[in-house]
Amino acid sequence: MAKGQIVAGCLAPHPPHLVYAENPPQNEPVAEGGWEQLRWGYERLRASLADIDYDAIVLLSPHWQTYVGTHFLGLDHFEGLSVDPIFPNLFRYHYNMNVDVELAKAIHDEAEAAGLPVKMMENPDFRVDYGTITTGHLFNPDWDKPLVVISSNRSTAYYSVEVMQEIMIELGKVTRKAIEASGKRVVVLASNSLSHRHFTTESEVPEDMSKEHITSHAMHLWDMRIIDYMRSGQAQRILDEMPEFTEQAIAESDGGGLSWLLSTLDVPDYPAILHGYGTIIGTGNAVVEWPCHAHEVSEA
Amino acid sequence: MSSGEVVASFVVPVHPHTVLAPGQNPGWQRLRDALDEAAQTIQDLEADLIIVYSTTWPSIIGHQIQADPNPEWVMVDHDFHDLGSIPYSFNIDAEFAHAWDEANRQRGLQSRCVNYKGFPIDVGSVVALTLLNPDNAIPAVIVSSNMYANRSETTVLAKSCLDVIKAQGRRAVAITAMSLSNRMFTDFISPDEDKIHSLKDDEWNRKILEFLEQGRLEDVGQLSRTIQQQIRVQKVVAFKPMWWLSAMNGNRNDLTGRVMAYEAIHGAGGAVVHLDPTSSGVGDKEYDEDDVEYYHGERDVLDTVEEEEVENPPTADAPNESSNGPDLWEPTEAKGSVNTTAAPKPVGAYPHARRVGDMLFLSGVGPRQPGTNAIPGGPIHDENGDPLPYDIKAQTHAVVDNVKRIVEEAGASMDQVVDVTTFLVDMKRDFQGYNEVWAETLGKVGPTRTTLAIDALPTPIAVEMKVIVHMPE
Repeated sequence: MAKGQIVAGCLAPHPPHLVYAENPPQNEPVAEGGWEQLRWGYERLRASLADIDYDAIVLLSPHWQTYVGTHFLGLDHFEGLSVDPIFPNLFRYHYNMNVDVELAKAIHDEAEAAGLPVKMMENPDFRVDYGTITTGHLFNPDWDKPLVVISSNRSTAYYSVEVMQEIMIELGKVTRKAIEASGKRVVVLASNSLSHRHFTTESEVPEDMSKEHITSHAMHLWDMRIIDYMRSGQAQRILDEMPEFTEQAIAESDGGGLSWLLSTLDVPDYPAILHGYGTIIGTGNAVVEWPCHAHEVSEA
Repeated sequence: MSSGEVVASFVVPVHPHTVLAPGQNPGWQRLRDALDEAAQTIQDLEADLIIVYSTTWPSIIGHQIQADPNPEWVMVDHDFHDLGSIPYSFNIDAEFAHAWDEANRQRGLQSRCVNYKGFPIDVGSVVALTLLNPDNAIPAVIVSSNMYANRSETTVLAKSCLDVIKAQGRRAVAITAMSLSNRMFTDFISPDEDKIHSLKDDEWNRKILEFLEQGRLEDVGQLSRTIQQQIRVQKVVAFKPMWWLSAMNGNRNDLTGRVMAYEAIHGAGGAVVHLDPTSSGVGDKEYDEDDVEYYHGERDVLDTVEEEEVENPPTADAPNESSNGPDLWEPTEAKGSVNTTAAPKPVGAYPHARRVGDMLFLSGVGPRQPGTNAIPGGPIHDENGDPLPYDIKAQTHAVVDNVKRIVEEAGASMDQVVDVTTFLVDMKRDFQGYNEVWAETLGKVGPTRTTLAIDALPTPIAVEMKVIVHMPE
């Protein structure tokens, strides 16, 4: 069997506003557009990977929050209605998705062997979190690739960013190991924003872009600093500064997704491609691709 | 006005073990037994409304209130999905929810109702309503816990709820779905291994429960920030449920408390506590935090003047008591001076009025309320000088009322007012509203009038009047 390969790694944030603004048939609310810079960013990301063949998407969502270990969706198929509990006015999405249970179980088993607390989620009534659905839709609106969905262990809240990162770096290593052992070509997605301080009010027309901006200059500076590291191939510096970034930018990296992604990509030293940056109710969001396929040699 | 009241309050745990697996651990069963007993108590009290403040329903855009009359779905916990599923079908009092939403806006809160098929009702609410209202006989309402909310916002949320309870004459039960210490074991354990995560957490939990057993709810509320630091995983910025529950009970320390159960749920502190509003006579509160009636915090980030706030500013019935103005003085005494406790205290060394012959000259009179110093219609800016929405009509009415009290203290009457000079800090915005109130009040008496625009007044008010009265012997 050929060695599996990560063909791309992406920072793929999940604000439901982006799906709302696009008006896909699966989503009930109707918008007049909005957040185009980020939606065009997703378009560029999809175009960038259009000619790259892959078998599965591995996604870590900060909105499947688990406090007892890291969990993996463990059934072949999920469908239902996802209603965002925070922005139900924007996101009521009818989803229908397939899971690569084999790959999920492989990552689960590698993590367990490494000493991480893990569990497969096999309750058919489980409602998939809206972060997974949003990123899943924006990255692959056809839903024609199976997903591996990994929960966000909230070790930042329990311990510290440092402990979270230690766990996520280990989880990233075993994710990579399991993918390589699987023989599959995989895209890995971290579904999180950068700076994450929200507005606490919503304009009458949520997609009124005249009201959209970053919550503070400090948040902007942090977002640009992290993006510069991404674009200049300095992933290690992102990991090094993760505690300060997460604390000072109230960043959604607290969920571990970005640390896990960079570890899964073996802490890339090649430049990432910034496809788009924009704010959503004040939070900073970037669509970023690490084109692994162009930098890593397959042993096939 | 109807006389609604909170007839009981309960603290209940949030995790699904009490519904799905009580038999797997004796402690979980004791919690379940206590919840069943609480359900019976609620029924015996003939409550007609259950209000759940749930810490497992976080919100960002203000507070959200469930308003789907019959939300139905199947809840599966994100962590404990292997315990099973909880189907639910609840009886929600949508009318109360909308009234509460409106009351929130009246008190300056960001608020909205949610009524969407498939809305994911959180685990804490599902557990509470499943066990405390098993046959859905009592209509319920659920409110979120805003992740950015501070004490004043959470307190005002309770006061607006009380507004509606009183207005509708309801017999309400207030529930906080919450853990005490919320640190769970981060690894998987068998049910028989369950215990409070640490001795420190257990000691803090027992201290909180000792206070609650004594009915000292406000004391626990005032310890909220310390509790958050000591035994709470820092998922949100504050430990809020005790703020809400204390305000729902009038910020009292003399309730009749009973701890019905206290056990671990995967390491977290789960408790069922009954707080009876009957006074235990133990002691009154030592209130060392400001009370607040109206919220005027950071809620205009988008730089949009909220239309609701302009249309529904605080009213004279719900004044803001934070005057953020200069120090108050006792009125000075001199020959002919007229002073009264029925008028607001001066902000300098002067009397309320002074009589010379048959003329009475009033010092400038604003809308501040005697005793509380509250400003009907709300202050025009906060402590930092940032503008706030306010109601010029309510302020003008309050000015006229204060003038009347001083005039009558002098033995005169309003129909003897002969000349008025009015000062407005925003002529363009306020003249029309002020003029309407004038027409309804002093305009009917007929004094001469001069209206001036000025930069500012010493207190955060929009209108002040200088009045001259002719009062012949």
